[in-house]
Amino acid sequence: MPYLPDSLPFPEPDMDAAEFWAHCRERRLMFQACGDCGAAQHPPVPICPACQSTNRTWVPAPAEARVFSYTFAHHASHAAVRDRLPYNVAVIAFPALPGVKLISNVIDAEPGALAVDAAVELAWEEGPGGQWLPRFRMLT
Amino acid sequence: MTESRNRAVIVGIGESAYAKWGGSADRSQFALACEAILNAAADAGLPPSAIDGFASYSDDANDPSRLMVALGIDQFRFASMVWGGGGGGSCGALAHAAAAVESGQATAVAVFRGLCQGQSFRFGQYHAWSPDAAFTAPFGLFAPAQMFALLARRHMHLYGTTSEQFAEVALVCRDNAQRNPRAVMHDRPLTLAEHQASRMIADPLRLYDCCLESDGAAAVIVTTAERARDLKARPVHVLAAQQGSTKGWGSGMLGGHNMPDEIYASGNARVMAGELFARAGVRPDEIDVAQLYDAFTATVIFSLEDYGFCGVGEGGPFAADGSLRWPDGRLPVNTSGGNLSEAYIHGFNLVVEGVRQLRGESTSQVPDARLCLVSGGESVTPTSAAILGG
Repeated sequence: MPYLPDSLPFPEPDMDAAEFWAHCRERRLMFQACGDCGAAQHPPVPICPACQSTNRTWVPAPAEARVFSYTFAHHASHAAVRDRLPYNVAVIAFPALPGVKLISNVIDAEPGALAVDAAVELAWEEGPGGQWLPRFRMLT
Repeated sequence: MTESRNRAVIVGIGESAYAKWGGSADRSQFALACEAILNAAADAGLPPSAIDGFASYSDDANDPSRLMVALGIDQFRFASMVWGGGGGGSCGALAHAAAAVESGQATAVAVFRGLCQGQSFRFGQYHAWSPDAAFTAPFGLFAPAQMFALLARRHMHLYGTTSEQFAEVALVCRDNAQRNPRAVMHDRPLTLAEHQASRMIADPLRLYDCCLESDGAAAVIVTTAERARDLKARPVHVLAAQQGSTKGWGSGMLGGHNMPDEIYASGNARVMAGELFARAGVRPDEIDVAQLYDAFTATVIFSLEDYGFCGVGEGGPFAADGSLRWPDGRLPVNTSGGNLSEAYIHGFNLVVEGVRQLRGESTSQVPDARLCLVSGGESVTPTSAAILGG
C-alpha cells in the first residue's frame, strides 16, 4: 500500500514539468539543469535563471538526500487522507545539487522520528495510472 | 517627487459585519463587498457615484464590471488586480490605488477585499495554489497550514523558536479582540494552556496558530491630499506602499518550496522592507503600531524579523518578552485582533485597522500613534506592505 492513497489530487503538470514526470514513470529522479552553465533548477522552467540559455538538460538526483524541513499533518485538508493521519510531508534537499529542493514524504518515519538534517534515501512508490512517485525512507 | 497636494491619502474606511465562514449564507459576497465600499464612501463623505476606480487582489471575485453598475459609478477610470494567492497583495492593491490617483489616472479608488468562504472555496482546504501544484498535491501538501508549518519547523530548527513563542502572537491577537466588539472572537478569551492543549493541525502549528476562516468585506477609499480637503474624514497618508519578492523565491511557500536556503524561514520581505522604509523616509524603531499579516502565528514572527523590528532569528524572544502587547509593549500589533481573532478578510481588515489607529479610533488605541506599518501575506510572490502616517 502506498504511503498516501491514489485518490490524491494530481494536477496536470504543465509542458515544462512534463519531462520530470516522464522520467519518474521510468523510476528515474532527474532534475532540470542548464546545458550551458550547468545550474540546476526545480521546478523546471524553459529558460536558465542563471544565464538565460534555452538549452535545457536533465541530471540524475544525487544519492545523498537530507530532510530540509518537515511537518506531520494531523488534519485532513482533503478527503483522500482522512484515514492516513497523521502523515508527514518533507522538503528534501540534495547537498550535492544546490538550488534543488523536492516536496515528498518519508514513508517509514513516525511522528517524533523525523528531524531536520536527517539522512534519507529514495524509495519509489507506484501512484495512480502507473505514475511512480519519488518518496523517501530513513537511512539507518 | 510627487507634490504633497497630489500625494495619496486614505479618506474613508468601511466594513461589512464579520462572521465565521458560512455565517453570511443569506447574503452574497458581492452584496458584502458593495456594503463595505458604500460604508467607506460614507465615512469619507464622498458620493459613491464619484468612485472611479477599483483595486483588489487574490483573484477577488467581485468584478468591477458589476461593482460599477451596483454602485452607480458616474465614469469608471481604473481597475487593477494584484496577481498571487493568499493575502500577499493587500498592500499591493493599496499601492496600485495610490499610483492611480497620484498619476491622475483616477480621482477616488476603492481598494477592497470581499470573500465569503461559505460561498467560494475555503482557503483552509485543498486548492491548486500555484502553477507548481503538481509538485505538492501528490505528496499531500494541500493547505497553507501545512505549507507554513514547513517554514515554522525550519525556523525552530535554526533559531530555537518555540511553540510558546508562536502562541504569544495568538494570545496578543485574542486579547485585542476582547476590546473589539466586531471581532469574531470577541468574548472568547484564550490562555496559553488552551493554546498548548489545542489540537495539532500541521506540526508544529496547532489550531490556535491558524487564522480564522470568515465571511466579510473591507474597503478603503484612496484619493489625493488636495481632494481630501473637501471631504469630512481625517486623511491618513500613504507614505509608501509596494509589492516585492526576493530573487529566486518563485511560488515558494505555495509551490515547490525552492526558495533560497538562507531566507527559507522568512516572510520573503527583507529586501522589500528596506526599500519601503527608505521610500517612506522612516526607520523601523519609529513605527508606533503595526498590523502584521497573521495567516498563522509564525508569519508574524517572520515579519518582525523581515521588517527590522528585531534581528533575524530573534522574533520568538521579541514576542515572548511582551513587545507585541497593547498598550505597553514596544510594538503593539494587530490591535483589532487581526486575521487570527477579528476576521480573515485576507488582511484587508489590517489595512482598515491601520487607518483607525492613525485617526485615534481603535478599540485598542495606541496613544499618539503617528506611524503604522501594515504587511500583506508573507512568504508568497508578491508580498506587499505599506507605511501609513497620521
